[in-house]
Amino acid sequence: MRAIITVVGKDRVGIIAEVSRILSENQVNILDISQTIMQDMFTMIMLVDVSVAKVAFSELSDALDALGKSMGLSIRIQHEDLFHSMHRI
Amino acid sequence: MINTREIMETIKMISEEHLDVRTVTMGISLLSCAGSDIDTVCERIYDKITHQAENLVKTAKSIETEFGIPIINKRISVTPAALVCEAIKDSDSFVKVAKALDRAAKTTGVDFIGGFSALVHKGATCGDNLLIDSIPEALASTDKLCASVNVGTTKAGLNMDAVKKMGEVIKKAAELTKDKDGFGCAKLVVFCNAVEDNPFMAGAFHGVGEPDCVINVGVSGPGVVKCALEKVRGADFGTVADTIKNTAFKVTRMGQLVAQEASRRLGVPFGIVDLSLAPTPAVGDSVAYILEEMGLEQCGTHGTTAALALLNDAVKKGGVMATSYVGGLSGAFIPVSEDAGMIAAAKAGVLSLDKLEAMTCVCSVGLDMICIPGDTSAETISAIIADEAAIGMINNKTTAVRVIPAPGKKVGDIVEFGGLLGTGPVMAVNQKSSADFIARGGRIPAPIHSLRN
Repeated sequence: MRAIITVVGKDRVGIIAEVSRILSENQVNILDISQTIMQDMFTMIMLVDVSVAKVAFSELSDALDALGKSMGLSIRIQHEDLFHSMHRI
Repeated sequence: MINTREIMETIKMISEEHLDVRTVTMGISLLSCAGSDIDTVCERIYDKITHQAENLVKTAKSIETEFGIPIINKRISVTPAALVCEAIKDSDSFVKVAKALDRAAKTTGVDFIGGFSALVHKGATCGDNLLIDSIPEALASTDKLCASVNVGTTKAGLNMDAVKKMGEVIKKAAELTKDKDGFGCAKLVVFCNAVEDNPFMAGAFHGVGEPDCVINVGVSGPGVVKCALEKVRGADFGTVADTIKNTAFKVTRMGQLVAQEASRRLGVPFGIVDLSLAPTPAVGDSVAYILEEMGLEQCGTHGTTAALALLNDAVKKGGVMATSYVGGLSGAFIPVSEDAGMIAAAKAGVLSLDKLEAMTCVCSVGLDMICIPGDTSAETISAIIADEAAIGMINNKTTAVRVIPAPGKKVGDIVEFGGLLGTGPVMAVNQKSSADFIARGGRIPAPIHSLRN
């Protein structure tokens, strides 16, 4: 299963490093990554593959959420199908 | 890969604009539970519901986590209890059935269970009458149970004996729950043209034309529509309609995705997506605010009915292509106590009961979650039901009445229900009597345009 991770917040050193650390620790593969500044906010989007992840989706989601809180960012992970179904016919 | 703008649009809808799935409702047939021994029937009902819906809440929660979409309520609808319990001979036994349903709801962890219902649009059987008589006690002695009674259809006309009786039942339900401002009435709906696959409470029941078990989903998203309209301020109505359609399409696609996932994971057929705009009392999640965004100073003023007509139609046009099966009530809801903008408009005296009645001609359902003075007579409540049912019958649409004659409360007082049910300002009813009209009884014949064959 593929999922989209979104990170939104104030830019700082080490955001990608910290998110990637959690992903690599849990055997989550990064397939695509992009980052931009939208309305003065750092916005990073990652497409990841969680099919061989070591932990359940909910645990991964909790770990990323906790990281986000500790860095003052909003980090979400959501099933890719949500975005496809909303934006593609 | 989906582009950044699209991804961030979805994230913003969920995090800032209150986009959510209002309910995943599992419909369960209880026809196999029928019998004449009350204890056996209760046991069968409890066992069947707790078995079928064992994983409903767990599955909905896992979908919530994986897709990052809030699913506000998980609910169960069942076959109208009057049909299942036709062979049971006293109304005390119906209260036992109500308690068995409530117990099953608590065991499965759902928010509500609907289907303590009777369909009496042409006449009532012995079981129907016993169930209707037991409704006040049933609602007062349960927490999660919802009741509904269908008193008319376009095909059958209006059963005015049932309309009369429901006025009395609503009064009694309020009286038995007077310590909670008549809260029992918030769980009781009187319908005309009730639908069999409605996922929304309090009127959900699982119709006899439905399969053994089914998943129906109701979407929401007034906040998303409001935010989309903010970007086209001053544009003409064609643009307004298009903007609502585009938004409704996206919202409904999300509902379809959730419905398909829930259906697949539970191994239960997908029934319908209800194309609805259901408000919550949260600021920014209001249907009234959408109408005001279109250019009305406050909901309830002249132009409100036209604005609502446009909104309701555009929601359906946008949603219909986004899901494979449309059903339920499908349209904008206008429950007064559950909508911050409606509450404000009613408090300000801008929104009246008469205007709400007009609005129900062009939107989903009817007079919903409206607090009226505690001393309103049963006949007046029956007459309110009759008016609303007549609108449904003539216009071939579902209409409903869910009014709360809050004991001891007067016009201008405020009734607090809490949670999704919100806060209701007590609204004025007409003071002239309808008693002689309601006392006539009998049936109002079906309209000429019901003869379609």
